[in-house]
Amino acid sequence: MSPILLAIIVVTLIGLLCGAVLAVASHFMSVPLNETEVKVRECLPGANCGACGFTGCDGYAHALAETPGTKTNLCVPGADAVAKKIADVLGVESEDVIEQVAFVRCSGDCFNQKRRHEYEGIESCRAAQMLYGGEGMCSFGCLGFGDCAKACPQDAICIENSIAHVDTRKCIGCGLCAKTCPNHVIELFPDIRRVVVACSNHEKGAAVRQKCSGGCIACGLCVRNCEQGAISLVNNLASIDYDKCVSCGVCESKCPVHAIKLADFSGSHRF
Amino acid sequence: METFKLMLKIIMTSVLVNNYVLSKFLGICPFLGVSKKLDQASGMGVAVIFVMLLATAVTWPIQTYLLDPNGMGYLQTIVFILVIAALVQFVEIVLKKYIPSLHSSLGVYLPLITTNCAVLGVTINNITDGYNFFESMVSSLGCGLGFLLAMVIFAGVRERMEESEPPKAFRGIPITLAAASIVSLAFYGFGGIVTSLFGE
Repeated sequence: MSPILLAIIVVTLIGLLCGAVLAVASHFMSVPLNETEVKVRECLPGANCGACGFTGCDGYAHALAETPGTKTNLCVPGADAVAKKIADVLGVESEDVIEQVAFVRCSGDCFNQKRRHEYEGIESCRAAQMLYGGEGMCSFGCLGFGDCAKACPQDAICIENSIAHVDTRKCIGCGLCAKTCPNHVIELFPDIRRVVVACSNHEKGAAVRQKCSGGCIACGLCVRNCEQGAISLVNNLASIDYDKCVSCGVCESKCPVHAIKLADFSGSHRF
Repeated sequence: METFKLMLKIIMTSVLVNNYVLSKFLGICPFLGVSKKLDQASGMGVAVIFVMLLATAVTWPIQTYLLDPNGMGYLQTIVFILVIAALVQFVEIVLKKYIPSLHSSLGVYLPLITTNCAVLGVTINNITDGYNFFESMVSSLGCGLGFLLAMVIFAGVRERMEESEPPKAFRGIPITLAAASIVSLAFYGFGGIVTSLFGE
């Protein structure tokens, strides 16, 4: 027999043998997959952000398939569309998802806020915060080193004028940034809201004025001017009761330091 | 004692001097691809050790008892590729069925290793170096450990690089390759260590 023919035969035989072993193995040792879990997993967006409280999309799909009664509306990035699909697969009634967007509650950018010292350490908010609460005078505000931007799975956060800004069009509302921020400046709002207080400082007005020209000085103008009575001062910081707020924007125009912002906070769900 | 010394010599050689990634430039794909995070890198390294040992255990007998006696040594490469690929798939199926916890920790990396050239390189080099079965297994373990070491070191380097800001033209793959070459240079310093420790 010619060597070429022999080589072909040997390799073919080995290949066939391996194939047969694999076929037999996959037949006898196959693990039955939970079909519901696979279907549910296909519905989820796959961002693995953990906003649902489970370990990523796989974990959530597993919980939905295995534990009856797991809520179907926990996926914030997927919003109503995903909740509806999951409900269809599981055969339960669909629940509405409250879409959320992140907002940085600070106006202390490099124009407004005074600096206490120059920080030249590791480029990280957490590290900067440990050194006398960061570069800025205000110990409540955004530190501006972008820990949130690194945490964001959608690249929705950028640092402008040394504070973080959320691009609400990209934000999926997973809340990873809010968990990362060492000063807890970032808050998640339901994205139907239009008026927000862009300051987190709880100090008295005079103290705030010395540190930052954009901070809430607790003057109470917004409280007096709000026709709905939706605003109150809590610990020297304006706080909006969103059950009463009608997004008229009077407070925004009255605020002497422009700490109240009126804007369209529609998240990525609406695009 | 002699056996122990031989083992140590083979392991030292394959981990430090003839490191598969840094001296022989085999398995560069996972070295660059999965070295971004330390846990992923070590997971990949452990999976590679596992597969290298298995592959050697299967390919050494095939070469010695099937190919060599029949004068078909030239079929080595293609047969080894075939057998290793099938073996990895088989192991994956078995692990999934019987040891799900190990499967979920190795799972992602196993299919990646199916056609890893470092695994093929180890099995073929074991034959060309003339090792017997025991020596081959030790050598595979050493090569796997060397791969793990390189992955772990490089993951550390890359985590440091994420923090720094290289010039724009260097960002991404170029700076990674430059860093890899520097790590490789560092390993060059181990040349000769085995001969000075154990003699010829």
